[in-house]
Amino acid sequence: MDWVLAVSICQAAVTAGTPILFAALGEILAERAGVLNLGVEGMMLVGAVSGFLVTVRTGSPWLGLLGALVAGGLMALIHAALCVGLRANQVVSGLALTLFGTGLSGYLGKPVIGVPAPSTFRTVEVPVLADIPFLGPVVFGHDYLVYISYLLVPALWFFLYRTRPGLHMRAVGENPAAADAMGINVGWTRYIYTVAGGVLAGAGGAYLSLAYAPTWLENMTAGRGWIAVALVIFAGWNPLVALAGSYLFGGVDALGLRIQAVGTVVPSFFLSMLPYIFTILVLLVSTRGGRRLGAPGALGLAYDREGH
Amino acid sequence: MQRKILVAALVLLLCMALVGACTKPAQKPAEPAKPAEEPKEFNVGFIYVGPVGDAGWTWAHDQGRQYLEKNVPGVKTYFVESVPEGADCEREIRRLVEQSNCKVVFTTSFGFMDGTLNVAKEYPDRVFMHCSGYKMDKNMGNYFGRMYQPRYLSGIVAGKMTKSNKIGYVAAFSIPEVVRGINAFTLGVRSVNPKATVKVVWTNTWYDPAKEKEAAKSLLAVGCDVIAQHQDTPGPQQAAQEAGKYGVGYNSDMSSFAPKAHLTAPVWNWGPYYVRVVKAVMDGTWKPEAYWGGMADGIVDLAPFGPMVPDDVKKLVEDKKQEIISGKWDVFWGPIKDQSGKVRVAEGQKMTDQEMLSFDWFVEGVEGTIK
Repeated sequence: MDWVLAVSICQAAVTAGTPILFAALGEILAERAGVLNLGVEGMMLVGAVSGFLVTVRTGSPWLGLLGALVAGGLMALIHAALCVGLRANQVVSGLALTLFGTGLSGYLGKPVIGVPAPSTFRTVEVPVLADIPFLGPVVFGHDYLVYISYLLVPALWFFLYRTRPGLHMRAVGENPAAADAMGINVGWTRYIYTVAGGVLAGAGGAYLSLAYAPTWLENMTAGRGWIAVALVIFAGWNPLVALAGSYLFGGVDALGLRIQAVGTVVPSFFLSMLPYIFTILVLLVSTRGGRRLGAPGALGLAYDREGH
Repeated sequence: MQRKILVAALVLLLCMALVGACTKPAQKPAEPAKPAEEPKEFNVGFIYVGPVGDAGWTWAHDQGRQYLEKNVPGVKTYFVESVPEGADCEREIRRLVEQSNCKVVFTTSFGFMDGTLNVAKEYPDRVFMHCSGYKMDKNMGNYFGRMYQPRYLSGIVAGKMTKSNKIGYVAAFSIPEVVRGINAFTLGVRSVNPKATVKVVWTNTWYDPAKEKEAAKSLLAVGCDVIAQHQDTPGPQQAAQEAGKYGVGYNSDMSSFAPKAHLTAPVWNWGPYYVRVVKAVMDGTWKPEAYWGGMADGIVDLAPFGPMVPDDVKKLVEDKKQEIISGKWDVFWGPIKDQSGKVRVAEGQKMTDQEMLSFDWFVEGVEGTIK
């Protein structure tokens, strides 16, 4: 493997990892507050189609991104209303949300199939920094959405572990009864972070339809929402690890294709399998001895003050 | 209790919205458009494996459906999209027969074969046509097209347009259909440019625009300057356009997705065949058949060329096309060598359909492995 190839693989790992990263960060927010949302795939799809529709109508990818954020948030609001407001089963509601989002996005996207986007997020090299060998093209040779995701990761980490609202949110996810006793509004907290999670999933979808592809095709997420859900466990609900994990997931795909292009004979099926093996290994290690490292204590459980 | 009812109602609403969005008949059965002119309706159903919005395989079949409705008076069509392959499809086929009263049902993916056969046995008075399979019955036929012919022609264009003599090919799965396409394309390339090679990357998916694009990028990174593909989305051509290189599409004219890169594309043209089958059933002349039509029938063709393709290349392709249509020559006529240089099809020998349908080796000039 030569140098150019290594740069190209790492660069592709970042691009391929970014949509997963956005969605995983969103899911971390929701799950940290105790709400398991399996509707990531659906929210990403609705985000992708909304972003594309708005961009086609207005000509501005930034307005498109805004549309995707709003659409993702609205989708998550359905989940929040069902699971937090009405205490429905979170798994069932999340799955329904994915099915709903798949159908809805296909329906909304009908008029813009085959329509080229008037404007998309293009690569903007960061001056000076992009000239650093290796790191330059890999880290600083991307579009604005990638740079936003860079900033988002430390910001979320700081918010989670170093601020009071972040502490409240984690308390709600760990032990809602105790948080309630402390005077934190459990319902509102869960509403807010579930919707915030949807907003980020929408951003992940917008990255696919406005920067990566950039076009709208039905079902274009092709399972990335589910990878994001797995990644959250892989990352132990930590934004920093999620960053590394999403580039790993993205990189393994890019690696598998590039190894073939160079002509080495490693079965591509084997390489596509690797990220999932990592996830299973992490699960095994982290649950040894009956402990669930990092998983919020009340994840997936509806909270009712009367206790039933 | 009230809360539970509310939850149930909301979930039900979601489900209904989903069903409404996914399975829409092409026209509402309650609205006969012109009852005075067309008193007798003849209903035809289609089962699709993907969404009609995939811009590829299913889209091409849906164009055929629309062509059928436009060209045969009295025909009304129904379709169900994104039907999973396997036993599940039986329910959808039955629904088209029972509820929509379809006289003919086309099932358009390999995995629908056994399901179609099972339903065909239940309804001996209806006709079932299955695409890309091999099973038949008294009221069931199968059909496919010799896509390798236009693929060969698109290879001529690619072989003429490449400067680096390296051509990339993004391929879905290593099944005979795809291998046959790669071989035909490579023979086309090497017929005009014996120095050029075709590099293959498998994606192991039919439908993932981002991954297909990534695969094309990996080929561009090793110096390929024309990207061909056997996938169901235009992702590979978009990658070619972004890199300022050329792309050859597939399934349908995908030029709108990557106008600057689009050289041409081998395309499906199902419409005329659907018209022929439905008319035969209406006339009572239909018989079960295993149809594998070529360019002479127009079921496969080449999309219009991009503006960068010079006239002499167009002429070269047109001449070869006429040779194929007239039956004077076909793609897999010897001599053909495999990757190791061994002659597999001797001069004067022609590969049989059976041999072509079970292709498991690459011709000389392909870089890659079947695994």
